[in-house]
Amino acid sequence: MLSVRNLHAGVDGREILRGIDLEVKTGEVHAVMGPNGSGKSTLAQVLAGHPAYTVTAGEVIYEGQNLLELSPEARARAGLFLAFQYPVEIPGVSTAQFLKAAVNEIRTRQGQDELDAMEFLELLREKLTLVEMDQSFISRAVNEGFSGGEKKRNEILQLAVLAPRLAILDETDSGLDIDALRVVATGINGLRTPDNATILVTHYQRLLNYITPDQVHVLFNGRIVKSGGKELALALEAHGYDWIKDEFPAVAPLGAA
Amino acid sequence: MTQVAPPLNRYLAAFEALEGAGTVANPAWLHRIRREAITRFAEQGFPTVRLEDWKYTNVAPIVGTAFLLADAVPTGVAAPAIERFVVRDPVAHRLVFVNGRYSATLSSAAPLPGGIRVASLAEALSTDAAVLDRHLGRHAASEGTGHGFTALSTAFVQDGAFVHIPAGVRVPAPIHLLFVATAPAGPVLAQPRNLFVADRASEATIVESYVGLADDTYLTNAVTEVVLDEGALLQHYKIEQESERAFHVGTTAVVQGRDSTFTSGSIAVGGALARNNLGVRLAAPGASCALTGLYVLHGRQHVDNHTFIDHAAPRCTSRQLYKGVLDGRARGVFNGRVTVRRDAQRTDAHQTNKNLLLSEGAEVDTKPQLEIFADDVKCTHGAAVGQLGEDAVFYLRSRGLGEDAARTLLTYGFMSEIINGITVEPIRAQLDSLLMARLREARVAKEPR
Repeated sequence: MLSVRNLHAGVDGREILRGIDLEVKTGEVHAVMGPNGSGKSTLAQVLAGHPAYTVTAGEVIYEGQNLLELSPEARARAGLFLAFQYPVEIPGVSTAQFLKAAVNEIRTRQGQDELDAMEFLELLREKLTLVEMDQSFISRAVNEGFSGGEKKRNEILQLAVLAPRLAILDETDSGLDIDALRVVATGINGLRTPDNATILVTHYQRLLNYITPDQVHVLFNGRIVKSGGKELALALEAHGYDWIKDEFPAVAPLGAA
Repeated sequence: MTQVAPPLNRYLAAFEALEGAGTVANPAWLHRIRREAITRFAEQGFPTVRLEDWKYTNVAPIVGTAFLLADAVPTGVAAPAIERFVVRDPVAHRLVFVNGRYSATLSSAAPLPGGIRVASLAEALSTDAAVLDRHLGRHAASEGTGHGFTALSTAFVQDGAFVHIPAGVRVPAPIHLLFVATAPAGPVLAQPRNLFVADRASEATIVESYVGLADDTYLTNAVTEVVLDEGALLQHYKIEQESERAFHVGTTAVVQGRDSTFTSGSIAVGGALARNNLGVRLAAPGASCALTGLYVLHGRQHVDNHTFIDHAAPRCTSRQLYKGVLDGRARGVFNGRVTVRRDAQRTDAHQTNKNLLLSEGAEVDTKPQLEIFADDVKCTHGAAVGQLGEDAVFYLRSRGLGEDAARTLLTYGFMSEIINGITVEPIRAQLDSLLMARLREARVAKEPR
């Protein structure tokens, strides 16, 4: 489904990703872990097409297409979804209004009919229960005045409504209390099918108590330095990231020549 | 009379002709008001950019145009022509004015309970002379509202809307005043003159809409005086949707009694050049006002909003939130002046102006002015001029919305805070679709992709 080869990218001339290789197959869940500043969020943003980042080398093939040539909206319409680490507030636009526009934009581009107001509301109600959100949520302005947990749930609600083929969750677990974490994890698990795939970007192992990854990758200084099964996440949890740093001294820290 | 510049002569001559013709109602009290006003106009003339209050808005195109004074209702404006501006349920009462003159045939006046008076000013000049004598021209003559345009309006006062709500009466549904302008045969000057008097503990909602029927050049010089007695509550909306070749100078002067509440929503989307003056005098303790405004401009439109809040008594509250969305080479001005007089202790005044610039060529001048002479006050102000947040644009794009659709939705969100505050549902819905259509137009115009 997704093939990342030797991806180099950065912002303002500063290289952050320094040769990423990653293969994600349909039906799989991958966890990308790493210490702060290792480039996890950059990888997520680059895959979603954030215009602030520049790709300097490498390629990303998504379902046979060159992903890097697509605009962010074209990526979304092709079934890619990024759950933001810091979801943006959109004053004056309700979640219902926003999601209806998004759903119908994607549906039209995929050759399906638009949902009318009733059909959309029905879909939205069904997904609200999945993330245990109150219906009043959808008439509030997108993320405005939401707590951290509410914002993350709203990301999962969007994930549920848009039903992407490849979901990238950028630190969706950070800042969540245990109840919200359970809700978010249940939501993600409920959306897994043999036809889609998920990349979980996370600093901590705790989300993986709820979601079992097929593969765990350790990102360090812009490269994936180690990949393995879920036991790798447990090892990171037990020993922290220092042993990675010790094991890979050759990977120069960021900013060093 | 003092020596006057040539452009003024036209108006002075027209005044003498009108007075001499004897065709207008002219009781002594009104005659005196008119005379005083024309003298003031001859002295003041039209404002120039040398005046601090007018430095951002040059009215030279108005001064230089030879407007015909709209006199009688032009024939040929039929109901279908105004249909798109008409709002119904729950609007009970609609007065329609064509070029400032009342049109009985286009209006729809339901009977009103409790001695509520809703009439044309022309009629009220004879039927309600006592109330008019007490208020007409008395409030829009002071700081902020007493400029040359107001003097011109008063000198030629003939028609407009008159609303009088007796003490303790609540008007059951909004009153809609629709001011239609049409000038197919050359530039016309329309001068509707309105007076709203809300007696003690009365309650009403009044909407003034100014619309152009076609892409004509004309000037609307509208003056509205509003008087709120003790405990009265008035919701006022002003929708300026003039032709984009038209000029609009709108002046609203409000004076508030003890514990009265005035709310205002001023929406400006039309006009080539528009100036809105809103002066509120909080004259007795406990009065409060909440003013909101939205100007959505494109092309080369110029809209100037000047507000002046005079905190003249203790324990009064004022709130202002004005927002602007500017595209093309449009220019917006917000000048919000708040004066807190020496005795106006425990004043609570807050003012915010936020602007969204959608193009490189758009421009905005925002200027708060606080003059505080009391010591126990809470006064704040804030102003912002910016563009759409790129993170927000990316967020929406990452959900499948195209870049233009994302920008449109964000712009709509910025405006909706003001639009959603409009409590008269049909007016809100009408503005909502108007603004959505305008956003779509802008999107199409910008779409080479």
